[in-house]
Amino acid sequence: MTGASPRPAVRLGDISADLARLRRRGFLRRALSLGGLSLLTGCDLSTHSGVDAALEAMLRFDDRVQAALFDSQRMAETYPASAITHPFRFNAYYAEWQVRPTPDHWQLSVGGLVRDKSPWPLPALMALPQQSQITRHICIEGWSQIGQWRGIPLHRFLRRIGADLSARYVAFRCFDGYSTSIDMASALQSQTILALDFETRPLTPQWGAPLRLRIPTKLGFKSAKNLEAIEVTNKYPGGYWENQGYDWFAGV
Amino acid sequence: MKRQDGRRPAHPWAVRLMHWIGVYAMGCMIFSGWEIYNASPSLPFLFPRWTGLGGWLGGALAWHLSAMWLLFADGLAYLIYGFASGHFRRDLAPPRAAALARDMAAALRFRLPHRAGHYNAVQRVLYAGVVLAIIAQVLTGLAIWKPVQFGWLTGLLGGYPFARGIHLAIMFGIAAFVVLHVTLVAIHPSTLKSMIVAVPAEREEGR
Repeated sequence: MTGASPRPAVRLGDISADLARLRRRGFLRRALSLGGLSLLTGCDLSTHSGVDAALEAMLRFDDRVQAALFDSQRMAETYPASAITHPFRFNAYYAEWQVRPTPDHWQLSVGGLVRDKSPWPLPALMALPQQSQITRHICIEGWSQIGQWRGIPLHRFLRRIGADLSARYVAFRCFDGYSTSIDMASALQSQTILALDFETRPLTPQWGAPLRLRIPTKLGFKSAKNLEAIEVTNKYPGGYWENQGYDWFAGV
Repeated sequence: MKRQDGRRPAHPWAVRLMHWIGVYAMGCMIFSGWEIYNASPSLPFLFPRWTGLGGWLGGALAWHLSAMWLLFADGLAYLIYGFASGHFRRDLAPPRAAALARDMAAALRFRLPHRAGHYNAVQRVLYAGVVLAIIAQVLTGLAIWKPVQFGWLTGLLGGYPFARGIHLAIMFGIAAFVVLHVTLVAIHPSTLKSMIVAVPAEREEGR
């Protein structure tokens, strides 16, 4: 960093999200703390490769446990409109000023194990039956807030496009560079929606315009904003945070 | 007591083993928990960075969601052992109020005698208390890990944000116990040895 320059070309605040991301490579880099040292005595403190591998294996085990605990009949709690959090907190892997507007001629691509791969322009999506929910968004960081979304139940959309519902994953790609993926059972849970509205108005860019996933049975980072493509697949798709070490299932 | 007092170890090997596995697991949970807390502090302070385990939120969660199994397995084994062996009935049964008052008064004057293999009233209350606190911590942890799948439990604990607050509060309680416990061990260093190797318990009456 260039703290010595009197007029830095880049302000720290502007790149803090990127810096934070760079800092996050690997589970244990910079983890040589009191906790780390006292608990890792005997491990190779220079690479931690064995420890990382063990933690990775435990996260995969946790994913299997979470999938087993998941019951599609169990609903996320819903709240009255009076419980909605104001102001609603913005969250993304970048700062709010970096939010991308919807590209011209946007349409939703559909791919993978689906019968009908024709893309969906916004009016076609808006014409599908909608469903509203007021649910709690729980961030992996621990904070939470209650919001209202309205959109197309994903299970209906998947049936509409002739998706192979026995496939393992549904992957989401976003035009802001983000990506994530969920298991088919969670995708088919009735509260999982492709949201078009936030509160009672169409999504604005910072809330994920024109289309976002809203899945109240998973942590917030799974509710991808600014969608551009959905793929049904049996090949593990990973995701932006998942590839850096967040647990993939991330169910609540 | 059936066994001859002089021959019984102050702490059976099973208790010693489970104690140290528990120390490691709880250490992982607390230090990674501090790193997780720091990602979104609900109180106006942060834990010092160097105390965190995991390096970043994802790493801390990986530690937390791994060590929880070790803590759970160790705790479950200890509970089964405690009931089956009579350890709880013999050593951790709640003391009478009078005995607790007497021992507490002695402890505050630093005159509480310690006899290897016997639990005074203050120890009974503290050890039973920390066992209950860890059980409560597992429950509040489940409630904030799975607030939908274990929604009944989260509801019972006042909802997600409140359960998260309880989880943090109990951590402070356990941390306070650790400070007190380690202080008392420092005052009676022989107790550390008796938690590592077999040291004969003292006789019921003698000192």
